[in-house]
Amino acid sequence: MMDSTSRVQAIQPRPAVQTRVGSRRRFQWSAYLYILPAFIVIGTFHIIPVFYAIYISLNKGPINKWKFVGLENYIHAFSGAEFWSSLGTTLTYSLLTMPFTIMLGLLFAYLLYQGVRGRGVYRVIFFLPYVVSTVGSAIVWAWVFDPQSGLANFVLKRIGIEPLRWLIEPTGVGELIAERFGWTIPAWAHGPSLALIAISIFAIWQAMGYDVVIFLAGLTNIPGELYEAARMDGANGVQLFRHITIPMLAPTTFFVIVISVIYSLQSFNHIFAMNHAATQSLGGPLGSTSTLTVYMFDQLYTYSNYGYASAIAIILSLIILALTLFNFRVLGRRVQY
Amino acid sequence: MGQVGDSGMVATLKRVVPGIVRLRHHLGRLIIHAILLAGAAWALFPFVWMVSSSLKGYAEASAAQTFLPTRWLFSNYINAWNAVEYFPRYFGNTIFIAAATVLGVLITSTLAAYAFARMEFPGREALFILLLATMMIPFEVTLIPNFILISNLKWVDNYAALIIPWVASAFSIFLLRQFFRSIPQDLYDAAVIDGCSNFRFLATIVVPLSRPALITSALFTFLSSWNSLMWPILVTNRPEMRPIQVGMAAFIGEAGTQIQLLLAAVTISVIPVILIYLVLQRWFIEGIATAGIRG
Repeated sequence: MMDSTSRVQAIQPRPAVQTRVGSRRRFQWSAYLYILPAFIVIGTFHIIPVFYAIYISLNKGPINKWKFVGLENYIHAFSGAEFWSSLGTTLTYSLLTMPFTIMLGLLFAYLLYQGVRGRGVYRVIFFLPYVVSTVGSAIVWAWVFDPQSGLANFVLKRIGIEPLRWLIEPTGVGELIAERFGWTIPAWAHGPSLALIAISIFAIWQAMGYDVVIFLAGLTNIPGELYEAARMDGANGVQLFRHITIPMLAPTTFFVIVISVIYSLQSFNHIFAMNHAATQSLGGPLGSTSTLTVYMFDQLYTYSNYGYASAIAIILSLIILALTLFNFRVLGRRVQY
Repeated sequence: MGQVGDSGMVATLKRVVPGIVRLRHHLGRLIIHAILLAGAAWALFPFVWMVSSSLKGYAEASAAQTFLPTRWLFSNYINAWNAVEYFPRYFGNTIFIAAATVLGVLITSTLAAYAFARMEFPGREALFILLLATMMIPFEVTLIPNFILISNLKWVDNYAALIIPWVASAFSIFLLRQFFRSIPQDLYDAAVIDGCSNFRFLATIVVPLSRPALITSALFTFLSSWNSLMWPILVTNRPEMRPIQVGMAAFIGEAGTQIQLLLAAVTISVIPVILIYLVLQRWFIEGIATAGIRG
């Protein structure tokens, strides 16, 4: 699917196994010994559990005392408000984080690609937030957003805006703005809660460096002759970006989008750590930051609803699978240049 | 612009135009640096704020009025270290778990990757595809069955629960296999003619040649082990079994409102990772770049 893969294969000499003079196709049975340790672990903890998870999702009750209930857990999920609001929060969260992370990542990568001095230093700094543990940085960010003594409100006060409640604010941002100006707006325009926005800012901060590094690698792989040739034909900077950088970077962008979709739909650590640091609650103020993974964890950890939690996990993975396939079918076709 | 032929004007233009081009160039550079500096400040400010606040007194830290501490209280660090009952233990746990996981992943992945890259056996393609497919499975699906398995094995509050499920990685196998395949076949053929076994070829030639890929997969494994959260919360109950992430989360409640102590504790907990990162940053970044692009 990725052009880089086929390029790698094209460079490599073909494996000589089939063409070696006089050799029959000979199997090396010891290979099974080589793959055995890895497959024992992956089989036990990553393959068999998938089927077991499907089985558990059709059951109810405490561990090892399952009672088969068919699709009841799924029906319960689809007919409950909590599931849908968690799904909504998950998608909103993805939309709040993904585009900004990707655009900022591309912007900084493109600027670094211009051969600026200190490029290595910038790269190290941009990537630093990605390395530091989520719990650690969430504690710092939760404090930045602290309503009484946080840096965010301090800055707002300086520029003459009333302090906000950030991580403990369940009200939608649309509603907050409307309140301030005394407007009345319909419910659909209330928007995501301010708490979710604050968590998204933190998530963007942490993930940006990853995209910078990936985009920078993609940019470096574009052959310089393309730019030289275009420049000789009189192309300007914008044209170079539009007609060379964007299309040549398409496989990278595609990869970043696929990874970001999968990553943001599963997001748990950011939300858990921020809410824990701010209020020690799981789903944030009025559950307004409860994504599907947080909801699943709550059902599992707080209520020990193994069957129901498994059903949510399987629904989540089907959504991820569907979106990934969609990405490959729709976006993937466009990256072939 | 009728009389372009005017030689005086051409001469002036010849002098001025390169100047303008150069000025535009410098201006462009200036803007680029300004944006990059803003980005760097954005990436760094939480760390700076964390360290400076961790050195303040309680009143000053919670007022958020000053940037640098008026009095530098390095004693906060000692107090934080003592306030968290199991701090050294959390640290030791995390380092032990991460080290054991990395070692396990390197051994299992090197062996498997070698078989997939160099050996011929029935079902090779099918098994490899199965392996790649496991990378698509979200962690949440296997979480509950694994938790039940660990409970049934009585591994709760045991290091085994925190290590064994993670000592093999499809991603590392994939990464290493790609690298092993780029090692020239001639090398292998020559070694075989000299009577070298597969295992010796792997140990004495492939592994030393593959240092970059091995370091990359070690770093990825280290990072994900160090940062894992949901799994350790589930399989540890006793505080002395917690890794640092879970310990920090628990400390949030214990520290109460003493924000400067909490931030000092966070600073202590992130320093090892930042140091490792700064020393090995080339491997981190290039690893991410190549692994990422290969998809």
